[in-house]
Amino acid sequence: MNIRIKFRKTGALRFISHLDVMRYFQKVMRRAEIDICFSEGYSPHMIMSFASPLGLGLTSEGEYLDIRIRQAIPSKEALLRMNSVMAEGMEALSFRRLPDNSKNAMSIVAAADYEVRFRENCVLPEGWENVLSDFLEQPEIRIQKETKKGLQEVDIRPWIYTCSVSDGVIFLQLSAGSVHNLKPELFMKAFASWAGYQISSHMLLIHRAELYANQGSDQKPELISLEELGEDIE
Amino acid sequence: MRKLALSDEILMSVEKPARYIGGEANAVMKDKKQVDIRFAMCFPDVYEIGMSHLGIQILYDMFNQREDTWCERVYSPWTDMDRVLRERKIPLFALESQDPVKEFDFLGITIQYEMCYTNILQILELSQIPLEAKERTKDHPFVIGGGPCAYNPEPLAEFFDLFYIGEGETQYFRLLDLFQEWKESGASRETFLKQAAQVPGIYVPSLYTIEYKEDGTIASMRPNCPQAPGKVVKQVVPDVSDTFYPKKPVVPYLKATQDRVVLEIQRGCIRGCRFCQAGMLYRPTRERDLEMLKESAREMLKNTGYEEISLSSLSSSDYSKLGELVTFLIEEFGPKGINISLPSLRIDAFSLDVMGKVQDVKKSSLTFAPEAGSQRLRDVINKGLTEDMILNGAGQAFEGGWSRVKLYFMLGLPTENEEDMKGIAWLAEKIAERYYEVPKEQRSGKCQIVVSTSFFVPKPFTPFQWARMCTKEEFLHRAYVVNHEIKEQRNKKSIKYNWHEADVTVLEGILARGDRRIGVVIRKAYEKGCLFDSWSECFKHEQWLQAFEECRTDVDFYTTRERALDEVFPWDFIDIGVSRAFLEREWKRAQEGVVTKNCRQGCSGCGAAVFGGGVCNEHQD
Repeated sequence: MNIRIKFRKTGALRFISHLDVMRYFQKVMRRAEIDICFSEGYSPHMIMSFASPLGLGLTSEGEYLDIRIRQAIPSKEALLRMNSVMAEGMEALSFRRLPDNSKNAMSIVAAADYEVRFRENCVLPEGWENVLSDFLEQPEIRIQKETKKGLQEVDIRPWIYTCSVSDGVIFLQLSAGSVHNLKPELFMKAFASWAGYQISSHMLLIHRAELYANQGSDQKPELISLEELGEDIE
Repeated sequence: MRKLALSDEILMSVEKPARYIGGEANAVMKDKKQVDIRFAMCFPDVYEIGMSHLGIQILYDMFNQREDTWCERVYSPWTDMDRVLRERKIPLFALESQDPVKEFDFLGITIQYEMCYTNILQILELSQIPLEAKERTKDHPFVIGGGPCAYNPEPLAEFFDLFYIGEGETQYFRLLDLFQEWKESGASRETFLKQAAQVPGIYVPSLYTIEYKEDGTIASMRPNCPQAPGKVVKQVVPDVSDTFYPKKPVVPYLKATQDRVVLEIQRGCIRGCRFCQAGMLYRPTRERDLEMLKESAREMLKNTGYEEISLSSLSSSDYSKLGELVTFLIEEFGPKGINISLPSLRIDAFSLDVMGKVQDVKKSSLTFAPEAGSQRLRDVINKGLTEDMILNGAGQAFEGGWSRVKLYFMLGLPTENEEDMKGIAWLAEKIAERYYEVPKEQRSGKCQIVVSTSFFVPKPFTPFQWARMCTKEEFLHRAYVVNHEIKEQRNKKSIKYNWHEADVTVLEGILARGDRRIGVVIRKAYEKGCLFDSWSECFKHEQWLQAFEECRTDVDFYTTRERALDEVFPWDFIDIGVSRAFLEREWKRAQEGVVTKNCRQGCSGCGAAVFGGGVCNEHQD
């Protein structure tokens, strides 16, 4: 039975790398005595995969991993057991059964929500919100991006789904996943260099709020959060 | 939520920020207002190394069982973080509370190897604690050292207020109680030190005066106050089954060197190898009860979530119930996907059977530590391993599908001659030949024999404490002889040879048998930038040489000089139970090439029976 777990990573744990988070969850499974399945072979490993690596320094309340378990456990109990052995800053939010034919989280991630806040040491000129609107008005935003084929010029405008500002916080919905992955840091860098602002990554607090799959088509996307694809076990 | 000592900007600018944030699973958090004693426990090396150390896990757990005490952890900031802390004058902090170490009551430092001495000074300086004990005031923590190198604490004497000689489970609570009383009394720092000196096993270096002879050796070392004992007696846990052992060790996020549950099955070793310091320091050999080990294994695996458990001891094959323990581990945890690792096993039918069950034969290698190339020299060092045992073990292993062998030797042992050196190559060749005697269809390809040699360093409290140590050139010549001889062998293509760095070895030799006068050299080297000396990429040999020269220290005095039988050693004030007379007897027998029985074959009267426990009791009937 395939299970999708949603979790939160906050506070000091934003300094734990993706690789270490993977190792951490393997241990959590054992501590919580979740009856997880192992791969075959001489050195079996847990059947576990993560939706999308979170960059070092970012916090999130929309992280996902998929696991396979042998026997159903009520979602509430599984969450209780996991959270009683988790470290401060990491919390499991949902534990849901996936339909048998569902694809794993990593392959279906299509978009992500982010909140970008400025630290105290970063004061932008008055009216920067309007500059951001102008930036988004452009039909094309061409930047240099590191791709598998090396540094390439790409147009990131189609990958910016929404962008709004409220109380000095920028809300972004960006393309994510294996096809077009636009990191919020790169978006902010493009904006800063276009606007002529000095913004380096340590002046920002970036928080991932949710990850989505696309249930529609490329032309008519229908975004649905990854946890909505599963259902609670009673 | 916990507030970190360092800003995001700093943490994002260094390698592996997870080293500095604490908050790991099973880390102990307390309210600092609710505790009286704050203890910072330090392993003076990088986090991943320090977190692998069992001793700290034991004491951390034990101290935190006291409601009045909060024990936290500190490790050496790596060189990138070192730079940041210095530049910005940020005081070094403990991981749990993220509070500066200088605000603590105690800074305990475990001293596991000589090459961490400069790191100790780094810890003190970054903590903004005066390097020398005599400069510290009531506002500073008491700096206390422990661990194997505390058995010759003299090179570090000036940097520590106290040393704890022996196993921490025994007297620490008494020391903490004494501290509580002292704190309430408002008496001077010196008063506490004098009271502490009366706790068994506690050594307060400032309470002793040393006089030297004209030839530089020690004339006398005497207490300079009535409170300090003439001899400091090693403290030993008599019953290692009924004592502190952590049920919930801290689990790091980063992959530590020891990334598994460690189950210490016994303390001490019955073997009596004459070069081995641990073998003498931890006498008498004491086994843990099988039921206690089973229970610990269960609890620790459950509470940590580790996928591997490793048995720890100086010589696991000598644990009398090893078969039962290993069978239990395999049956209980094998089905749960837990790996079982068994280091320090003697290769024989039993261990091969067990190893075949717990690891992939094709991928794993066999390890032998003959330590010396010839039987003559193995008798000198009292290593009870014969060529027949090695060839038989290897032969059985080859027939069982193994094809890789690791061999460990030491070069520069007392009385070593050219035959002994070449014997290393010959032994490797014989093993290779034994491999090719196995019928072709039973073999798995070519055999690979990796020969590694380290250079011998005479250590305090061993029969070789009197021995002359080789110079760098002599060491390298010996490695050359071995290398050359291996190239002469028929199966040379199956034998790979590695040897150690000689510069670090010489330095280790000076620090290991150094006296109080070496402290100034360590400080000088540290001031010249020496740090992380055990890391080859950080080791600054030139700076160390300059430090010795500027301090006018005669290196040969500490290394290549053979000591007279009646010489007073810097560590003579410590009583480890094993008597100096026994060590002297063993030194003589070594020179005659006479072997001594191990503790189970018969008691040799080393003196450790005074502690009244373990293997010494087995012989009473």
